[in-house]
Amino acid sequence: MRVMAQLAMVMNLDKCIGCHTCSVTCKQAWTNRSGVEYVWFNNVETRPGQGYPRTYQNQEKWRGGWELSRRGRLRLKAGGRLRKLATIFANPLMPSIQDYYEPWTYDYDRLFSAPAQQDTPVARPRSLITGEPTKITWSANWDDNLAGAPKLTAADPVLAKVSDQVKLEFEQAFMFYLPRICEHCLNPSCVASCPSGAMYKRSEDGIVLVDQDRCRGWRMCVTGCPYKKVYFNHRTGKAEKCTFCYPRVEVGLPTVCSETCVGRLRYLGLILYDVDRVAQAASVPDEKALYEAQKSVMLDPHDPEVIAAARASGIPEDWLEAAQRSPIHKLIFEYGVALPLHPEYRTMPMVWYIPPLSPVVDVLAGTGHDGEAAGNLFGAIDTLRIPVAYLAELFTAGDPEPVRAVLRRLAAMRSYMREVNLGRPRDESIATAVGMTGDQVEEMYRLLAIAAYDERYVIPTAHAERAEALEESVTGCSLDYEGGPGMAGPFGEASGMPAPVAVESFHALRERQTADEPERADELRGRVNLLNWDGKGIPEGLFPSRKEKR
Amino acid sequence: MNALDTLLWVVAPYLALTVFVLGHVWRYRYDKFGWTTRSSQMYESRLLRIGSPLFHFGILVVLLGHVGGLVIPKTWTEAAGIGEEAYHLGAVVLGTIAGVCTIAGLAILIYRRRTVGPVFTATTRNDKLMYALLALTIVLGLAATLVANVLGGGYDYRTTVSPWFRSIFILQPEPALMARVPVLFQLHAASAMVLFAVWPFTRLVHMLTAPIGYLTRPYIVYRSRDAKTAGTRAPRPGWDPITRR
Repeated sequence: MRVMAQLAMVMNLDKCIGCHTCSVTCKQAWTNRSGVEYVWFNNVETRPGQGYPRTYQNQEKWRGGWELSRRGRLRLKAGGRLRKLATIFANPLMPSIQDYYEPWTYDYDRLFSAPAQQDTPVARPRSLITGEPTKITWSANWDDNLAGAPKLTAADPVLAKVSDQVKLEFEQAFMFYLPRICEHCLNPSCVASCPSGAMYKRSEDGIVLVDQDRCRGWRMCVTGCPYKKVYFNHRTGKAEKCTFCYPRVEVGLPTVCSETCVGRLRYLGLILYDVDRVAQAASVPDEKALYEAQKSVMLDPHDPEVIAAARASGIPEDWLEAAQRSPIHKLIFEYGVALPLHPEYRTMPMVWYIPPLSPVVDVLAGTGHDGEAAGNLFGAIDTLRIPVAYLAELFTAGDPEPVRAVLRRLAAMRSYMREVNLGRPRDESIATAVGMTGDQVEEMYRLLAIAAYDERYVIPTAHAERAEALEESVTGCSLDYEGGPGMAGPFGEASGMPAPVAVESFHALRERQTADEPERADELRGRVNLLNWDGKGIPEGLFPSRKEKR
Repeated sequence: MNALDTLLWVVAPYLALTVFVLGHVWRYRYDKFGWTTRSSQMYESRLLRIGSPLFHFGILVVLLGHVGGLVIPKTWTEAAGIGEEAYHLGAVVLGTIAGVCTIAGLAILIYRRRTVGPVFTATTRNDKLMYALLALTIVLGLAATLVANVLGGGYDYRTTVSPWFRSIFILQPEPALMARVPVLFQLHAASAMVLFAVWPFTRLVHMLTAPIGYLTRPYIVYRSRDAKTAGTRAPRPGWDPITRR
């Protein structure tokens, strides 16, 4: 057993109101640059719908993820190593910018520069790709809230799989939101597809990253990812993807999308898993068994054997302790309400979802029944085949049983807590009907509904202490501390390697370039780091110190 | 042999080689981020899917042909039982096919670059210079072959150009060998030297990092969080330095 730690996320879809705050804040933090105008590391899709990029779930077309060969071995669906190199000059499975959408801006200047005239001047849309005036016909959430549903949802690849009983009549339509980020898979097919070896999984926390210095722009990762969550920066010619906000989680702060989620529906925590068993679990022949197979790879952090193995694998004590408090582990195992997104891609995704009960409750309430009575709800989950089948195609490769079990637990929680809130005696039978105890249901309620900040986010900080630095004479320079003379390169402050996360260096550099007078040398060190700012007060160094009048 | 010959066939090749090697070292050290193919497939894929493989596979065969013709001495192939006639026929046929493929591919790619709006917008001045030099070198090379074989009875460059080429690398340059070579061959060699000199500063650098290692490396790459580059600040000492203020 080789134990590795993985930072994972669970999203509670029942609480998502589709406000796109996560998408917008993520974009502001990471992709508000040219070349990635069309990129949303975090996007929110309305389901049923085509998704972003359009119909990305149709793997017969895009061929992302893994498949089993005839001999039962894992292989990349888009073709193995030789095929990759043979098609490297023109990737036949690369989505075009139109499959995402053509980003645009508006001719805002027109509003000011137009001469006095009878009609109000108009800011026309202009393509950010060609620079020409354009007609906006698609975007990352064009079919938001089932917009254009009768025409557009028919192309939903997930809906196509449950098509025999699909009802697209408006009054019978159901919908929910699906926020998506990179899955940071245990068996990432994007990493396996990268010819340069620039993509990697961090061995400490399992975050999948692109080394921007080693990426050569061969574009195979875009094809390899079945979730289409690796993007090509068309200006720099390099791949970019969700970073799980590593500069933030390294210091114990939640990702930007989690922090800003108004519904508090995201949970962050550690999962311990056995890296030796990943490939074996990913090659289970039956797609419907993949959900259980992935669960079998994840380890119980309370098991003494696992703890011993984790220590032997070099996992620090505070990480072990964080794994034991992990909300993710609770939601997947103790409460059993979180499910992986598309396990049939065989990548072992690590962003899991609590499927929404709301469509069921809504339909039930619409028929005039009491939508929160346990009996009614249990019955409705079983009879409302369409939402369950649809959810099963998303989360369990089409097996309705696990979805049904999760929805029954969520329904039980609603009914049980209603009794509590109305001051009636606790009905233990509701809890036992779904294989839980009343106490467990209340704990789950606390985690899902109250969702206290420090219970939602259990993030151990990265270990930056350097034991080897104690032997400084052998391994390091004793002046290499922050603000020390060793920090600058040999030719002054701006020489040497650039700071990896450029917010602080960006500000320092801009300040210097736009200053009217030479900056004082010591002021250049007044760097500000907004990524680690917790929102309280004014971060040190954000504003230049007021200069004395002379 | 005059000063011009020395300049062209001794000084220039060493200059080009030096710039080629040192340029790559410099670029690799200081501009790893810029080291990319800068693919434009996102903008346009229909023409690229014909033009790009045609060009790239063509130029790879051309490269192999140059290795065979320039690096391997005539005596070796003759010892292996391949006579001048057989070699020449093979080289001309294979070289012409590959050359025509390369030029056709390049023509499609340049046409695409000029006519597809987003692709043209993404073309830098550096790219234009590179395309011009690349096209010039390839056209001159194919022209030299065709002219020599269609007008004359072929030209045995393996007694002149090839020994000169090898003489550069064994540091005993023999410029005299190049002095009486047909002018098209001379022009081809000269433009190639210019191309090699600008090579490290263009997108062509992607050739040096062709991902051969992909064939042997394990699929999933794990890397440890690098203590030096991760995070945003350097580790602090566990004590406060004594302030001098």
